[in-house]
Amino acid sequence: MSHFDWLSELLARYQDERVLVRRGSARELAPAHLLELDAEDWGRAAQVAAQFGCRWAGVWAEQHDDSLLISAALAYQGDHLLLRTAVPLAAPRLPSQTPYYPGADRMERHVQDMHGVVYSDHPDGRRWSRHNRWAADHYPLRRDFAADSAPLPAAPEQDYPFIQTQGAGAYEIPVGPVHAGIIEPGHFRFQAVGEMVLNLEQRLGYVHKGIEKIAEGRDAHGLARLAGRVSGDSTVHHAWAACMAMERAAKITVPPRAQALRAVYAERERIANHLGDIGAICNDVAFAFAFQQFARLRELWLRDNAACGGHRLLMDCIVPGGVARDPDAGQLQRLRAAIDPLRRELATLYPILDDHPSLEDRLATTGVLSAEQAQRLGCLGYVGKASGQDCDLRRDHPYAPYDRLHVPSPLFQTGDVEARLQVRMQEVLDSLELLVVLLDTLPDGAVHVPWQAPAAGSEGLGLVEGWRGEILSHVRFGADGRIARYFPRDPSWFNWPALELLIHGNIVPDFPVCNKSVNGSYSGHDL
Amino acid sequence: MLRILNKIRQTGLITEDLPRDAVLEQVGEQLRAGIARQFQGSLAIRQVDAGSCNACELEIHALNNGYYDIERYGVHFVASPRHADVLLVTGPVSVHMETALLRTYEATPAPRLVIAAGDCAACGGEFGCSYASRGAVSNVIPVDAVIPGCPPTPLALLQGLLQALQFPQTAP
Repeated sequence: MSHFDWLSELLARYQDERVLVRRGSARELAPAHLLELDAEDWGRAAQVAAQFGCRWAGVWAEQHDDSLLISAALAYQGDHLLLRTAVPLAAPRLPSQTPYYPGADRMERHVQDMHGVVYSDHPDGRRWSRHNRWAADHYPLRRDFAADSAPLPAAPEQDYPFIQTQGAGAYEIPVGPVHAGIIEPGHFRFQAVGEMVLNLEQRLGYVHKGIEKIAEGRDAHGLARLAGRVSGDSTVHHAWAACMAMERAAKITVPPRAQALRAVYAERERIANHLGDIGAICNDVAFAFAFQQFARLRELWLRDNAACGGHRLLMDCIVPGGVARDPDAGQLQRLRAAIDPLRRELATLYPILDDHPSLEDRLATTGVLSAEQAQRLGCLGYVGKASGQDCDLRRDHPYAPYDRLHVPSPLFQTGDVEARLQVRMQEVLDSLELLVVLLDTLPDGAVHVPWQAPAAGSEGLGLVEGWRGEILSHVRFGADGRIARYFPRDPSWFNWPALELLIHGNIVPDFPVCNKSVNGSYSGHDL
Repeated sequence: MLRILNKIRQTGLITEDLPRDAVLEQVGEQLRAGIARQFQGSLAIRQVDAGSCNACELEIHALNNGYYDIERYGVHFVASPRHADVLLVTGPVSVHMETALLRTYEATPAPRLVIAAGDCAACGGEFGCSYASRGAVSNVIPVDAVIPGCPPTPLALLQGLLQALQFPQTAP
């Protein structure tokens, strides 16, 4: 199977359905293939792609003078296709792709709130990213909106029209934005009868801090720092995606040693987060033993990060052109030496988790996301893999250094909390195996090349398999090497809506464990 | 069950002594005495993420792991601001969290301490002030102490917390 051998068939379908492809390019946004379409065909292009079996992977807008450029990403067999169209700023009407891709719902509403695109047939026209702190006819990502504009007076987010439920015995539970634990803020509106959840509606956007807007005008290193703070638990992967996008725009090739070190940091981030989540999922069903044990393993893992990468979460280790520091032999030896002890610990702990009856009782058949639901939403990472979505960029469209590695990817069909736990448990073992190979075959040489800013207008896509799933970042440069546009698409955009579905019919007390099993990023989604 | 007990036995007690630091030990002793005197031996913290990237939360979480075991100082995290002596606030305050933070502050009974944890909470950090961010926590509610770091390590949080409790409290 070679890349894009399916594209001619999709193009033939487009021709049959009279979706006019104005221009195509395999190079401009490589490895993605770019197709330019007329705005009026935007919805039908999605309809045909959905029938074809493409996964929908994101949408974002950019203002170019008097028009808005809209880009939507699709994926098929690991290849990415970028649909692009333009609408006039004065009349930015566009057909919605949500009718064919329910996972597009919130991101299109984000484009609506941030750029003022008017979707002609979006099934849900409510605001999403805007919480009444800027006016409805102001659009923060347009050029005429100053980044330091004063917000409207503080007011609670209370007039959002939530879906209502009526009937004998039905009641509502509003939760958040300030939650009971040490977690990020967001609002959950439950409708329940007795203990059973009838419906859950999420209201996110509370930690929107203008990341896309304040990215504008930064230099490449400043963007890498910001990308490392899109979602703190994914600092390595978001920084990698942003740097990859910038490097592709600037046509810079990162030295092999830096590529390998990036993957070392990335797999260490995956393991650290999975260890934390495995313990936390167990904790949410009161299995405190596992919580303490996995918190211990995570802490030891983070201390090795600090000793070798200079930061417990490995923030700012990835920089444009490579990695910030070259670890010495002793530091690399410490990373290598940490692998077998962790394997031995897991060899003791995993069987305890597997055999513990009360754990199985609470996790199996809880919070089921069907394969069909996961496919329709375009769920990624462990959420997708637990529900039959066999999707991992490291294997399907490998980027260096994964192109020289064998990346196994666990796949489950049951779609319950237990399956999402199992994916994590297996991915920890798989990442440990990858780390062995990466560290044992670490190339010599430089760890970065000098950054050279590309010409104004240059753009690039970064695509990495984060620990939550695929991260897609788009960067366009303006004059003087300054960032004109940055859009990081965290996998949480597709996994959050899955939580609304998988909670149906479960009991309210199982919400925390269902939520933890999905563990969406609020910050990565709210931007 | 035997395997669980075995693992617990093999793991043993992992809680660490704080680094031998004369200042810290002094602060630690004052803290114990202070918490015993002012809070009947128990200090309740309500953590509020007012816009953070979640890195600070990860490290605050770590305070509860066996190595740091913050509860040994009589410090524990509570679910409601109404039960709290201290608000530990992270993040630049996003404008969308401004009202929620104010309400949480108002729901916390006086006398109360507000500690801004992390560079963003201390000064706005990487995000600063914008249409979407109020920047430092002190731009929104009175702050008694800050703990710098991006994010502050669990040890820095612990040290910062111990030191913060030496600060004079703001008038309710």
